[in-house]
Amino acid sequence: MKLTQLQKEMLEGKHGYATQKSMEILNALGEIYGAKEMVPVTSVQVAGVSYANLGEPGLDWLAQMAEDGRVRVLTTLNPAGMDMENWKVLGIDPEFARNQERVVDAFAKMGIITTCTCTPYLVGNLPHFGEHIAWAESSAVCFANSVIGAKTNREGGPSALAAALTGYTPLYGYHLEKNRQAHVAFTVTPLVKGSAQFGALGKAIGDILESKTEWAIPYITGISTADTDELKAFCASIATYGGTALFHMAGITPDKTKIPPETITITEKHLTKAEEELNEEGAVIDFVSIGCPHASLREIRYIAELVDGKQVKKETWITTARPTKQVADQMGYTQTIEAAGIKFACDTCCVVAPIKGRFTGLCTDSAKGCYYGRGRNNFQTKHCSLEECIEEALTE
Amino acid sequence: MTKKFKGRKISPGTTSGEALVSSQGLSFYGGVDPETGMVVEKGHELEGQSVTGKVLVFPSGKGSTVGSYVLYQLAKTGKGPVAIINKETETIVAVGCIISEIPAVDKIPIAQIHTGQKLRIDANNGLVEFI
Repeated sequence: MKLTQLQKEMLEGKHGYATQKSMEILNALGEIYGAKEMVPVTSVQVAGVSYANLGEPGLDWLAQMAEDGRVRVLTTLNPAGMDMENWKVLGIDPEFARNQERVVDAFAKMGIITTCTCTPYLVGNLPHFGEHIAWAESSAVCFANSVIGAKTNREGGPSALAAALTGYTPLYGYHLEKNRQAHVAFTVTPLVKGSAQFGALGKAIGDILESKTEWAIPYITGISTADTDELKAFCASIATYGGTALFHMAGITPDKTKIPPETITITEKHLTKAEEELNEEGAVIDFVSIGCPHASLREIRYIAELVDGKQVKKETWITTARPTKQVADQMGYTQTIEAAGIKFACDTCCVVAPIKGRFTGLCTDSAKGCYYGRGRNNFQTKHCSLEECIEEALTE
Repeated sequence: MTKKFKGRKISPGTTSGEALVSSQGLSFYGGVDPETGMVVEKGHELEGQSVTGKVLVFPSGKGSTVGSYVLYQLAKTGKGPVAIINKETETIVAVGCIISEIPAVDKIPIAQIHTGQKLRIDANNGLVEFI
């Protein structure tokens, strides 16, 4: 690793404790992955926010870093373990709430914008094509690399924070053009539409990639249109099931790639199999959740149309970013949705909130939500379109 | 002549202690109890043994990135290993050792180290020495 004068000073502790620890982390990662130098980053997304995952030791470390650590670039934050304002209504334990507040306060002290969302690109942290960034949150990493064409590795909580506090990341992996070329092609033959179907497609391709370690980056053809919400769902799913940080989609994503020699055809059968695995037979549904990744304005507006004048019969949550909900408040969508008995949970999501044991079965349009609903919370799962999720919520 | 290995510094510091060696990868999140320092991963060859105060020797880390914070908790409560030696250190263990100030060295031929041997570690220079 060749460090500049400033980077050396950071490593020697001349710019304070937190900066030194951060540069130690980045320098070690650079050495491990064979980076030759650091590259400046312009945007950071930090994960590892839920107190349920951090615990007291994680919080201790963050508090120590917050003593003298201040971010040097635009930095936003992943979801927390609860709605930071409305936690009581959502049944969060007061002691957990107090600890979660301490975590978010530590991040705020470091100058991080506490957006508490997995969709930073929807609320003002939007890099441009080719920019070097350091993002954590697997779905957002996949979106940034693929849909936007910015360059980031899959950072963990501490390494993303280290990038924010120094303004650098080691130059390796997805920051280098040569590592962004596709390894295998997929031709999708069925028509894929809506976030649930794009989620199933992400699982179908992700499962194949997961089974072959030499294939990391897919080149996908056969998708003629995909809106941001569909891509958001696809990114979350393929990152969850395939560990994918970057894909190319002909006609949709901006980056160039060589066309790989091997092609796999994705048929209706692949999608049916993915759906069957996401849906547990005879699942008893008592919880409906939309917004993994966080619901967009378009999705919220559509839900308002679907539930206008109706009443849900099951516990139903929309998880979203607080800034998104504030626009929904202004437009009257929130009132319509809340009048139907649906609850908003801002700043958090069903992957990180402590909701284990509270419900039996989860109905969602998110393929990622199914994975964590089962793995973390032992929920039975039903995966279906947004319209069918709302139908489920309205049914006894 | 004392036997010596030269590897690569991952996390700085110098220390010495008794080796606890595994030929298997180790996940700190879920694999090691953060309160007791016991290896709890079912079927792991170190299952039921304590990492506390040991020079922990294993090929590489695995599992969730939350594992970095488990190492930190172990170190803070005095239940952590005094040093870590790997064949190839990955992100979770590297970050965990740096934030916890546990000396760590990798690129060491760990098959030549056995449980119970006394080692001196000078991580700053990537050195592991038998005492």
